[in-house]
Amino acid sequence: MFDLSVAEWTALELSLRIAVVATAWALPFAVAVGWLLARKSFWGKTILDGLVHLPLVLPPVVTGYLLLIWFGRKGPIGVFLHDYFGIVFAFRWTGAALAAAVMGFPLMVRPIRLALESIDRRLEDAAATLGASSILVFFTITLPLALPGIIAGVLLCFARALGEFGATITFVSNIPGETQTISAAIYTFLQIPDGDAAAARMVVIAIVLALVALVGAEWLSRRATTRFHGG
Amino acid sequence: MTVLAVDVEKQLGAFKLTVNFRAAGGITALFGPSGAGKTSLVNMIAGLLTPDRGRITLDDTVVFDAAQRIDVPPHRRRIGYVFQEGRLFPHLSVRQNLDYGRRMSGRPRDGSEFERIAALLGITHLLNRRPRMLSGGERQRVAIGRALLMRPRLLLLDEPLASLDSGHKGEILPYLVRLRDEAAIPMVYVSHTATEVRRLATTVVRLDQGRVAETGGLELLAGTELEALD
Repeated sequence: MFDLSVAEWTALELSLRIAVVATAWALPFAVAVGWLLARKSFWGKTILDGLVHLPLVLPPVVTGYLLLIWFGRKGPIGVFLHDYFGIVFAFRWTGAALAAAVMGFPLMVRPIRLALESIDRRLEDAAATLGASSILVFFTITLPLALPGIIAGVLLCFARALGEFGATITFVSNIPGETQTISAAIYTFLQIPDGDAAAARMVVIAIVLALVALVGAEWLSRRATTRFHGG
Repeated sequence: MTVLAVDVEKQLGAFKLTVNFRAAGGITALFGPSGAGKTSLVNMIAGLLTPDRGRITLDDTVVFDAAQRIDVPPHRRRIGYVFQEGRLFPHLSVRQNLDYGRRMSGRPRDGSEFERIAALLGITHLLNRRPRMLSGGERQRVAIGRALLMRPRLLLLDEPLASLDSGHKGEILPYLVRLRDEAAIPMVYVSHTATEVRRLATTVVRLDQGRVAETGGLELLAGTELEALD
């Protein structure tokens, strides 16, 4: 059963690549937005908070459609990115990564924001009296202390990105070798006669992948916690 | 010689702090009951709290002047601060905590200075531990070492013994006496406990309800027979 076809390997590799790239790109933005929401009060904060959480509440098809309108070949942002940076999202794996990042973003921001809110600000004051500028305080005190929250956010976003289906298929379609992830492949196999066996194999892959991710997550967060509480 | 000159005003809710004092070398004790504004005052000296009006100078440099709009940020004041609760960084080892100030200033490592201060405070055997594994007294000694190793021009100590039980208080006091006699760093020591001030201070500034009640030597403590004022 486990001599995977080329198409299946491709779907697996694509899913992982898309989830990793989406998570990596989302991370700095999620830290910035989490920090803004946790630490600053400014006009439009409620709007920003709402916008960030929108993909969590909207039907994924709607998110995918909005991405298509804005980042598609004729979309204003899509045209701009293509003309000035040569970046194309439409019907490419990069578009799938964008969709996955947008869908995972709210799940990443939330734990990071909570972690930043729970940090004892007096430690940052202490660091300042020891000669650390605001930037150094952020990178040597704030960020390391928020690490458990950051790890939690990364894992949630990664998991969401790995399973993303609705927004992705709406935005970049279901092209084998380009945008066909495991979820999309399962969906495709279920549409064709005799596709059950292939779909079952992909389902097993999905389960194995999820288990590996969970075990890895547990290990990572344990390491982060022992850094604070252990010897 | 005057090291520190403070002349500040700050409104804190219904409470008004109006303080004018000078400190020379040695240990200047800011002495007074809880709620006299002592912590707010040292926070202003450190740059963590901005006065409404006034001026603070340290070694002939102005670190704060409301009229001239000068407000040197805390990380450029080079004023060491030992907080009541230590505030060691929980994600760093004792060694890394002690080394933090040097790293932030980009100074090269000076092993002999590090060893000398660790030995002075009796924390050499704790270097690889995390702050969580330390007793209250050990934590405060590390906090003192951390502030000293940033080579401060002035050291502020805000009730460094207040969070310790009496046994651990006795453990720290001798280190502070040695510090006063061996390290040539002027110190401002906040306390509401007469016995501590009597052992340490060279000058006493008595604060009461946000104002300087009197300034002088240890004779100011003559009337305070009680262990603590509050």
